[in-house]
Amino acid sequence: MIRLPLVLFLSATLFATGVYGVLARRNAVLVLMSIELMLNAVNINLIAFSQHLQDITGQVFALFVITVAAAEVGIGLAIVILIYRNRETINVDEVNLLKW
Amino acid sequence: MTGAEVAFVVIGAVAVIGAFRVVTSRNVVRAALYLVVTLSAVAGVYLLLAAEFVAWVQILIYVGAIVILFLFGLMLTKAPIGREALDNQNRGVALLVSAAILAGLVYLITGAFEWNAPRIDPVEGTTAAVGESIFSRFILPFEAISFLLLAALIGAIVLSRKDDRP
Repeated sequence: MIRLPLVLFLSATLFATGVYGVLARRNAVLVLMSIELMLNAVNINLIAFSQHLQDITGQVFALFVITVAAAEVGIGLAIVILIYRNRETINVDEVNLLKW
Repeated sequence: MTGAEVAFVVIGAVAVIGAFRVVTSRNVVRAALYLVVTLSAVAGVYLLLAAEFVAWVQILIYVGAIVILFLFGLMLTKAPIGREALDNQNRGVALLVSAAILAGLVYLITGAFEWNAPRIDPVEGTTAAVGESIFSRFILPFEAISFLLLAALIGAIVLSRKDDRP
């Protein structure tokens, strides 16, 4: 059996990496990839606590998170492709029409 | 350290290195392929934690479907290659924020959980156990998430199809 803090450290590292990617990347597809990293960190935590608390609920929630991530990527990429079709760029700092 | 912990550290290191390459790579396709490495390593972590069904779902959905979607997205939006094209000017701030988040999380985890807590036998996350839980206790969230997937499917089609009408 694996110690719980070890798993939580891995999850924290993955989450911080994803935060860096979201903040530092310009390409919208790469931003979506970094969001996937963060969702994976959350899933690792859910599984770890599911084992820690001896309850299968955490694993069911991890499955739900994976489903929501799939929906999010589908919609996100559709929006990105639409932006590319209209603006010829997918750099998130150049798409500032709604920026106040 | 037990054998499982050694294997966990090795697989976790692979996942973290892959994640670093995802956020620093200067080639978008390589970033997507490093994402495959990270996601597969995370699936290995699930297997080590005895969450068998979630591990295979991770392989099927993430590595099989989501990464392919990403690669399609990259192909349809030809992105320039190079650091200036892919990263914005906030790298320093981003590094600072993520380091602060990491430090805060590590501080909280070390404060909340003892390193030498007694280890417990894992609950087996077999397909039978997970399926029984989904279809008994979580049937309503399951239906709701099916509806969400349907809505996302229709939304993606509506958004990305060419509309010739004015």
